Amino acid sequence: MSAVALDIRERASEAFAKLGWPTPRVEEWRYTNLAPLQRVSWKTDDDTQPTESDASMAGRAAHEWIFVSGRQVSGADAYATSQEPGRWADVERNALVALNTMHMQDGARIEIPANEVVDGFLHLLFIGSGDGIWSHPRNLVVVGRNAQVTIVETYVGTGKYFTNAVTEIVAGDGAVVDHYRIECESLEAYHVGNVFIHEERAANVTSRSIVIGAALARSETHVALAGEGASIALDGLFAGTGTQHLDNRTVIDHIKPHCESLELYKGVLDQHARGVFDGRIIVRPDAQKTVSRQENRNLLLSESAIVDSKPTLEIHNDDVKCNHGSTIGQIEQEPLFYLRSRGIGEDEARSLLIYAFASEIVDRMKIEPVREQIRRSLFQLMPERLPERRGGTR
Amino acid sequence: MLEIKDLYAGIDGKEILRGLTLSVQPGEVHAIMGPNGSGKSTLANVLAGRPRYEVTSGEVLFEGKNLLDMPTEERAREGVFLAMQYPVEIAGVNNIYFLKAALNAVRKHRGDEELDALEFLQLAREKMKLVELDEAFMNRGVNEGFSGGEKKRNEIFQMAVLDPKLAILDETDSGLDIDALRIVAEGVNALRSEAHSVLVITHYQRLLRYLVPDFVHVLANGRIVKSGGKELAEELEQKGYDWVETAEVA
Repeated sequence: MSAVALDIRERASEAFAKLGWPTPRVEEWRYTNLAPLQRVSWKTDDDTQPTESDASMAGRAAHEWIFVSGRQVSGADAYATSQEPGRWADVERNALVALNTMHMQDGARIEIPANEVVDGFLHLLFIGSGDGIWSHPRNLVVVGRNAQVTIVETYVGTGKYFTNAVTEIVAGDGAVVDHYRIECESLEAYHVGNVFIHEERAANVTSRSIVIGAALARSETHVALAGEGASIALDGLFAGTGTQHLDNRTVIDHIKPHCESLELYKGVLDQHARGVFDGRIIVRPDAQKTVSRQENRNLLLSESAIVDSKPTLEIHNDDVKCNHGSTIGQIEQEPLFYLRSRGIGEDEARSLLIYAFASEIVDRMKIEPVREQIRRSLFQLMPERLPERRGGTR
Repeated sequence: MLEIKDLYAGIDGKEILRGLTLSVQPGEVHAIMGPNGSGKSTLANVLAGRPRYEVTSGEVLFEGKNLLDMPTEERAREGVFLAMQYPVEIAGVNNIYFLKAALNAVRKHRGDEELDALEFLQLAREKMKLVELDEAFMNRGVNEGFSGGEKKRNEIFQMAVLDPKLAILDETDSGLDIDALRIVAEGVNALRSEAHSVLVITHYQRLLRYLVPDFVHVLANGRIVKSGGKELAEELEQKGYDWVETAEVA
């Protein structure tokens, strides 16, 4: 282990000792209580074995890396970087990032050289397994000037494990990055994911977050628009049922002028599931000509499903175009009547409309195997709500 | 085919239809005309089973069966089609997928074989030509981004594919230019046969020049106050609705 890595672990330990586990008394954790996680004596699995997984995209991805309980079990020797993680993630104020950093395990350490355009997509598959096992995957993706890459992170597993992942993405001048984060963990598992995206001048990043799995999931995306003319698009879809608790937090920091952020998060919640959207946009005094649009739309399928939506704008200059909004509603009566008036049964009409709501996020994904995987996971999650089609065009 | 007997109905506790009686035989085209607020759209919505509309008394029989007892989708499967005044946009539900699912639900109900994708596409293409809709529309969401006229033509296209026994056109002519009006009328005329009936609900007479009715009824204050042949529509156009409303009082 390098001296840098040792140093950062020590710093993280100190930070975590100071911060402790977050409690609902902290504003950012108002809706989510991690107490059940703290009662478990988590252990790392030091004897991981390669595992077969149907979430593998071998053959379809340009390169694939597979990690089991935080340890790499297979992976391409491609785009390796000598840079160390830790520079972009907030260890000092984010307790879960500190926890990840002190226990830091394997993960992708990727660097795309300047001007290189990577064909296809790179797939990082994280498989969790085993009751009482925690893992702390740590990814670093450095994308050079004018380089282009598509990266997919997938989280799956079986059992009552805890994944606490951190991904740092640095997009250099003019870099184009399409990032997917698919959280389809075991429904008994806990998942915390922190993504930090740092963008330089005219970088263009799209980051899509799908949160379907886990008993309790907390997904955070932090974006720093640190170069003029940089742009970010954040797409999110969270779908929960049973007693799932799915918390999504995004922070977009407009630091420089002429940057653009477009955000759309959609939630679908059934039974007793609870969803949270906490979206914060900061426009700094220097970030003139900022364009920012943020929208959170939620569909509640049962009386006892809950969603808390909290969009926040903090604007520190007056030369900006910003708007944000959020809606919470049930299936609309008019479209339902329209479909039924053509002969489609009520249950099928509802499932068409639920799928249609979610598909806005899914359909604009550019990778067909990923769209397919998400559709499959959605149908598995809500078999009564979304009966799988017998085929045909959707 | 359709027997409406002394129907009282309304919405949100407000009574709008007050004793409407009407009989439509197979093969007939009936036009229902009337001023705003006379209950034209209420009649269409009650027949299709739109939520919130309530029937307080009276009876509607469709081929001898109690229509009002059926859920909306069953009415459609039995052969009742409502071309809506304001077709809703449904993003994310593919037009062609939706219509194929609808047609197969109707066919299954009738005991016919369901169509596979290829057979359906063939049928859809043929009917699309009828209403001059571009095939590109078919792969969009239902009515998504359609102009007003395109939405109305899509209604007629769906009608042509589903081949209903009774088609109800709820102000399908409103907001249409003359070309679209002609296309809509031709679409409906193509459906006309001894087995098909049409109920045309309209405020104006202009659609009826292309879609010539066998009977014209004037609706006022929730009841039919006057019935006649196609010439009644022209008379209404000249004299206006005041004429029948006054006639009713007298």
